[in-house]
Amino acid sequence: MATPEKVRAHWRANLRLLAVLLAIWAFVSFGCAIFFADFLDRFRIGGFKLGFWMAHQGAMYVFLALIAAYVWRMNYLDRKYDVHED
Amino acid sequence: MSVQTWTFLIVGLSFTLYLYIAYRSRAGSTSEFYVSGSTVHPVHNGMATAADWMSAASFISMAGLISFMGRDGGVYLMGWTGGYVLLALLLAPYLRKFGKFTVPNFVGDRYYSQTARLVAVVCALAVSFTYVAGQMRGVGIVFSRFLEVPVNTGVIIGTGVVFFYAVLGGMKGITYTQVAQYCVLIFAYMVPAIFIALMMTGNPIPQLGFGGTLADGSGVHLLDKLDGLGAELGFAAYTSGVRPVLDVAAITMALMVGTAGLPHVIVRFYTVPSVAAARSSAFWALLFIALLYTTAPAIAAFARTNLLETVKDAPYSEVPSWFKNWEKTGLLKFTDKNGDGRIQYYNDKNTDPDFLARATAAGWQGNELTIDRDIIVLANPEIARLPNWVVGLVAAGALAAALSTAAGLLLVISTAFAHDFVKCAVKKDITEKGELLCARIAAGAAVIIAAYFGINPPGFVGEVVAFAFGLAAASLFPAIIMGVFQKRMNREGAVAGMIVGVVFTATYIIWFKFVHPERNHAAHWWFGISPEGIGSIGMVLNVVVAQIVSRFTPPPPADVQDIVDRVRIPRELRKH
Repeated sequence: MATPEKVRAHWRANLRLLAVLLAIWAFVSFGCAIFFADFLDRFRIGGFKLGFWMAHQGAMYVFLALIAAYVWRMNYLDRKYDVHED
Repeated sequence: MSVQTWTFLIVGLSFTLYLYIAYRSRAGSTSEFYVSGSTVHPVHNGMATAADWMSAASFISMAGLISFMGRDGGVYLMGWTGGYVLLALLLAPYLRKFGKFTVPNFVGDRYYSQTARLVAVVCALAVSFTYVAGQMRGVGIVFSRFLEVPVNTGVIIGTGVVFFYAVLGGMKGITYTQVAQYCVLIFAYMVPAIFIALMMTGNPIPQLGFGGTLADGSGVHLLDKLDGLGAELGFAAYTSGVRPVLDVAAITMALMVGTAGLPHVIVRFYTVPSVAAARSSAFWALLFIALLYTTAPAIAAFARTNLLETVKDAPYSEVPSWFKNWEKTGLLKFTDKNGDGRIQYYNDKNTDPDFLARATAAGWQGNELTIDRDIIVLANPEIARLPNWVVGLVAAGALAAALSTAAGLLLVISTAFAHDFVKCAVKKDITEKGELLCARIAAGAAVIIAAYFGINPPGFVGEVVAFAFGLAAASLFPAIIMGVFQKRMNREGAVAGMIVGVVFTATYIIWFKFVHPERNHAAHWWFGISPEGIGSIGMVLNVVVAQIVSRFTPPPPADVQDIVDRVRIPRELRKH
């Protein structure tokens, strides 16, 4: 039964999850790939400078992982608080 | 077989396939016409979203843009994929739960206001028309280069195909043709990329190859080689940034938020059966998009290396045949300024005294080669001497990318008109059949207007793309987010926010792009933010204004607050 308490708890858990995932999103794209890119360029993985790799490859892989984590975690939260679709 | 025969064959086959699919999945009701009856499988919807989203610009222009921008080109890669994180986390599940058919639908109901609905309709129409004109132009260019028919005939053929399946099939027809178009376009993009990666680095995976060493046995990393070649010719290192970081961040933000606010992308998430399906479908969409978007920077690096090595101080009499082919189209131009019969391609804007001394000593008298960015993807197979069928495949892929996006946009235009304007504002008692007819007529009219712009392109197509993203970022995106996450947000706040956001963004872009284009450089920009990035400031303004105005005006009525409660959880709760 989806009681009002469970609905509220579900929403709070949802907002916490969003805060974590969006912090990573901002750190990777604006942090690693833009503001700290010059610094990260001092390190290399293979032929890539790290800052360049983040801007041209890495950030996109992280985006994909973030959405995957969101889908998986939300499906879990929906069931935990009993608000999933029938 | 010749390139042209192959192109006719592959393009003809792909068009037949699209028409057949459209015929098999025609729409019978408004729900099927607008949102495909909300029965699309999440993986199919992911593919359709990917095709919908990846336009002629992604397929033809993006790798070229990146190869001329180096690391700064990441703004497009991150901007056009990072928006999907926002879409998946902040918009898609809630709008799916809300149900209904369109973005203005949500804005109008959530803010209990016809004004809000009309502002959203105008934004949706402005964004979509801007975009669709560019797609039709792309169709025309591909036809004229590869099939050697006049641009206008090309536009008319392309329009005819879109007309048939968008008007007949609506969203249902469009969805399944887009699935087919995704398969065509991704295959066409990957085949030459894999060939070239193998040839240049010995690694068949382009994403890894461009970080590897060159296949010539020198042991030099490809990107180091590219930085070195660029330095010789006075260009900034490919792997480092030259634009101010604040501007790069602003552009990235505007593109991300703009992507998440584009009506033709958002509406795709109404077509899946459930909230959980909307979430997973956003994952599939980004996966399918990332396949092309992570390949593009590899193509950019390969093509630039190839190009610089081919033209660097090369005698004009010995250039390969693709060079002459593209010269004919005017996309490649060579003028021998110092009359030495060799090609000097270099950065003649470089003011470094050492470089200038070197250029003078070598007798260089200015850059002699201008290269249109669109060549990079289109000429890639010829530059790498790939078989003729690959060239035909690239043409079919570019057409698939342009047509699928055009169809998605036309659908937004027709639903915005038939549903949000006629049904919700003008004639509330219109029958289902009448509304469907109205939607078909609107789609038909939109196709014809789009064709007109394709044949007579306004000179500013390139400029107005900044508009589409800026407007979407400054208007629709914040209105939807606040509508879901802030129950207290009311009609007055949302409308004031949207209007301030749009007016500010539009004024800034018009001022620098049309009124004073000569002042369009960093010295005159506010805080060093270019017109391309100003949408992110417009978005912030929208939010700030909305917060202030909503504080001083009454809260939304109870039934609207119930809508907010309802969209926040996946399950449908029964009211007692």
